[in-house]
Amino acid sequence: MLPETLSARSPRVIAVVVFMLLLAAVPLISAAIGQSYYVTLVTRILVFGLAAASLNLILGYGGLVSFGHALYLGIGAYTVGILSFHGISNGWIHLVVTLALSALVSFLTGLVCMRTSGVAFIMITLAFAQMFYFLGVSLKQYGGDDGLTITQRSDFGPLFSIQGNTGLYYLALGLVAATLYLSWRFVHARFGRLLLGTKSNIRRMRALGFPVLRYQVAAYVISGCICGVAGLLLANFTNFASPAYMYWTVSGDLIVMVILGGIATIMGPLVGAAVYVILETVLSAYTQHWMVILGPVIVLIALLANRGLYGLLLAREPSDSGSGAP
Amino acid sequence: MTWNLLVTQALNGLQFGVVLFLLAAGLTLVLGVMNFVNLAHGSLYMLGAYIAAAAFARSDSFIVAGVAAVLGTLLIGVVVERTTLRTFYARGHLDQVLATFGLILFFNEAVRIVWGASPVYMRPPDAFSGTIELLGFTYPSYRVLVIVVGLLMAGGLYLLIHHTRVGMLIRAGATNAQMVSVLGVNIRLVNTLLFGLGAAMAGLSGLMAGPIFSVQPGMGDNVLIAVIVVIVIGGIGSVRGAFYGALIVGVVDTVGRIYLPLLLRQVAERTVADAAGPALASMLIYLFMAVVLAVRPQGLFPARR
Amino acid sequence: MSASMLSTRGLTKRFGGLLVSDCLDFDVVPGELHAVIGPNGAGKTTLINQLIGELGPDAGTIEFEGRDITALPTYRRSLLGISRSYQITSVFPDFTALENVALAAQAHDGHSFGSWRPVSREERLVRPALAALEEVGLSVKKDACAAELAHGEHRQLELAMALVSRPKVLLLDEPMAGMGGLESESMIRLLGSLKRRFTIVLVEHDMDVVFALADRITVLVYGKTIASGLPGEIRASIEVKRAYLGERYASG
Repeated sequence: MLPETLSARSPRVIAVVVFMLLLAAVPLISAAIGQSYYVTLVTRILVFGLAAASLNLILGYGGLVSFGHALYLGIGAYTVGILSFHGISNGWIHLVVTLALSALVSFLTGLVCMRTSGVAFIMITLAFAQMFYFLGVSLKQYGGDDGLTITQRSDFGPLFSIQGNTGLYYLALGLVAATLYLSWRFVHARFGRLLLGTKSNIRRMRALGFPVLRYQVAAYVISGCICGVAGLLLANFTNFASPAYMYWTVSGDLIVMVILGGIATIMGPLVGAAVYVILETVLSAYTQHWMVILGPVIVLIALLANRGLYGLLLAREPSDSGSGAP
Repeated sequence: MTWNLLVTQALNGLQFGVVLFLLAAGLTLVLGVMNFVNLAHGSLYMLGAYIAAAAFARSDSFIVAGVAAVLGTLLIGVVVERTTLRTFYARGHLDQVLATFGLILFFNEAVRIVWGASPVYMRPPDAFSGTIELLGFTYPSYRVLVIVVGLLMAGGLYLLIHHTRVGMLIRAGATNAQMVSVLGVNIRLVNTLLFGLGAAMAGLSGLMAGPIFSVQPGMGDNVLIAVIVVIVIGGIGSVRGAFYGALIVGVVDTVGRIYLPLLLRQVAERTVADAAGPALASMLIYLFMAVVLAVRPQGLFPARR
Repeated sequence: MSASMLSTRGLTKRFGGLLVSDCLDFDVVPGELHAVIGPNGAGKTTLINQLIGELGPDAGTIEFEGRDITALPTYRRSLLGISRSYQITSVFPDFTALENVALAAQAHDGHSFGSWRPVSREERLVRPALAALEEVGLSVKKDACAAELAHGEHRQLELAMALVSRPKVLLLDEPMAGMGGLESESMIRLLGSLKRRFTIVLVEHDMDVVFALADRITVLVYGKTIASGLPGEIRASIEVKRAYLGERYASG
C-alpha cells in the first residue's frame, strides 16, 4: 500500500498530532518528576529519528539502500567540532557549513554511486562512508581516534539557546516535526511519486520519459543534508565529535531503525529509532555483552519485519476511500 | 625512497593482496552467482584466525591449526547458510544486508565473550619464523609462504572454475540458476558448496593473516571493506577481477601509505604534508575505486555473462 | 510516399552467439498502423526494445523524424514522442490505476522538482489520466490498486500509460497477450479507434486482428525482414507462407 494520504480530521492524523504533543511535553513531565534522564533519552531518539527519517527518503521511498549514511552524521558533527575548535561557535554558521558540506559530499558521492545499482550501490556507499571514517581517524589535530570535545554548544544567538538540555530537546523536536511534515508533503507530490516509481519499476520510469538519475541524486543530496543536520544535533547532544559516529555499524543501525519502524512510512523512522534506542539501552544495562543478543534480534527483524512496527499499525486500519481522498 | 624499502613494501602489498584475494574470490562468487550480499564474510575470516590461533596454541602444529581453521569455518559457514541465510536468498538485498549485519554483530561479540577483547597473539610456524634471501634482500619467510599459498590457491581456483564440471556448474548457475535446476542439478547443493568454498577460503585467509595482523574482535570489518573495494574494482562475480583487484588494492594501499606522505613532503610544506599525508594515504584505495567507477562502472575485469 | 517517421537501417543485435536482429531495415510512415509479425523468437520484442532505446544495437542506425536517435537514451526518446507498452505488464503495482497513468502523464509535464501539491490534486495530471483511462475503458477501476487488477485490466492499464502522453509513435508489444475472447474484442475495438489518431507499431500474433487493422505488415523471421508491404501482398507472399508452414495460427 502507498504511503498515507488523509484528511486533517482522520484518526491517524489526530494520533500523530497527539503523539507529537506528548513528545513536546516530555521535558515538562521530566522536570515535574525530577528525572532529567528522560529528556536525554528522548533527545537521543529524536536525533537518530531525524537521521533515520533522512535515510527513509532514499531507502524507503527511493529503494536506494545506502549503507553509508552515518557519513553525514560525521559531517555535521565535525563541522560543529572543528568550527568550535577554532573559536567559531555561531550556530547559524555551523548550520550553513553543515548543509553546504553535506550537499557537496552527497552530490559528488551520489554522482559516482548512482552509476551503479543494487548490490554495488550498497557496497560503494559503505566504502565511501568508511573512507571518511578513516579520514576522521587520521585528523590528529582534531582528536583523531579519540574524538574532539566540544566545550560550548552551537550558539543560535538571541533567537533560542541550546546550551541547556531542554533547549536542545526542543530544537531537535522542532526539526524532526518539520522534517516529518515536509516528508509527508513531499511523498505525495511529484518528486515523491517519482521516487516511489523508481523504486518499483525503474525501467518503466525511463520509458515513460523520466531522467531518473538527476532525481535520484537530488533525493540523495536532500537526504544527506538532513542527516548532516542530525549530526550537528548529535555533536551538540554529546558535546563530542568522533570518527565513531561514521563507523559503518552506525549506518547499519540506521537501516535497522528504518526497517523496524516501517519502510516508506512517515512516522516509521521515528518509531524505529525509539524502539531501537530503547532496546539498546535496556540490553546494555542487562549485560556487557548485549551485542550478542542484539545481533540475532536484527536477523529476526530482517526476517519478520515486512512492514515494520508502524507499518503494521497502518495495515490494521480500515482502508481509506482510496488514495484519491483529499 | 630506497630501493630496498620499495621492494619490501611491494612484497608486503602482494602479501596483503593475496589475503584479500582469498576473501574476495569467495565473496564475489557468492555475490555474482547467488546474488546474495554476505557482509558476514569478514566474520568468517575472523573466526578462521581465532580458531587457527587457538588450535596452534594447543597443538603447536601449524598444519593442525590450518586444518582446524579451514574445516571450522567451512562447518560454521555451512551451518549458518543452511539455518539462517538460506531463507534470505529469495529476499531482496536490503534484508540480506540487514541479516548479515546482525550476524557480524553477533560474531564479533561472541568472539569477545570466548576469547576476550584484547588481541590474541599468534606466532608464525617455526619453520617459517626467519627470513630468507630474495634477490639480495632479506624478507620474512612467512610472508613468502603466504604469497606462495595465495598464488597456488588462485591457480587452483582457476582450474576449478574453468576445467572441472563443478566449475562449469558454477558458471552456469551464474548465468541461469533456474535452467540449471531444471536440468536436474540440485541448485541448493551447488549454492551450499559455493558458500562453503567461500567460507573455507575465508578461513584459510584468516589462518594466514593471524601471525601478521592482530587477531582481535572486529578484525573482519575493516578487511571486509577492503574486500568490497576489491570486488567493485575488479567487477562483481569475476574471480579474475578479484585476483587483479586484490593485488592492485594490496599494493596501492601498502605502498601508498609509506610513499604518499613522503611524496607530499617533496611538493608541499612539511606541516601540510604531515597532516594531509596519512589522511590521503588511508583514503587512497577509495579514491581509486571512485575513479574506476567513474570511468568503468562494471569494474576492470567484469564477469562475462 | 510520405517520409518515414521512425526507421531503422541495418539494425543488428547479438546476444552472445545468437543473432537476434539481422541487418534489419524497418520503417514507419506517419499515421499508419504498421504490424510486425513473425514466429516466436523472430526478434519482434528486441526490435521494440531497440527502438525505445532499452537495448543498444551492435550495428545500424535508428532515425526518428529525420534525426539519428541511435545513441539517445530511453527517456529522451520518450520525450521526443516515442511511447511503448510492454508484452509482459510493467506497471506500478502499489499505485492505483489512476496514479499509474498520472505518473505517466507527469513525465511529459515538465520537471518534478519544487511542487508540494499532492499529485491527486494536480489537475494537469489527473485530467489527462482520467481521459486515458476512459479511452481504454478502465474508468470504473481508477481507484483500484494496480496489483489487484485482472489480467485484461492490466493490459488496458498498459495501454493507458502509453497513450496519456499523446505520443507521436506508439510501440505496442502484444497488447492483447493473454486476453480471453471478450476482452480481446474490446481491445480490438480500442485499437481500431486509436488507428487514425496515432502512428502505431503493433507487434501481434493474432492474424485476424493484424489483417483487420494493419495498413502495412512487416514479417520478421530470425531477426530479418523477409517481407514488408500491404496486407494483400503479405497474404499472397510465398516467402511468408514458407515461413509459416506448419505454424498454427494462435488467436489471442
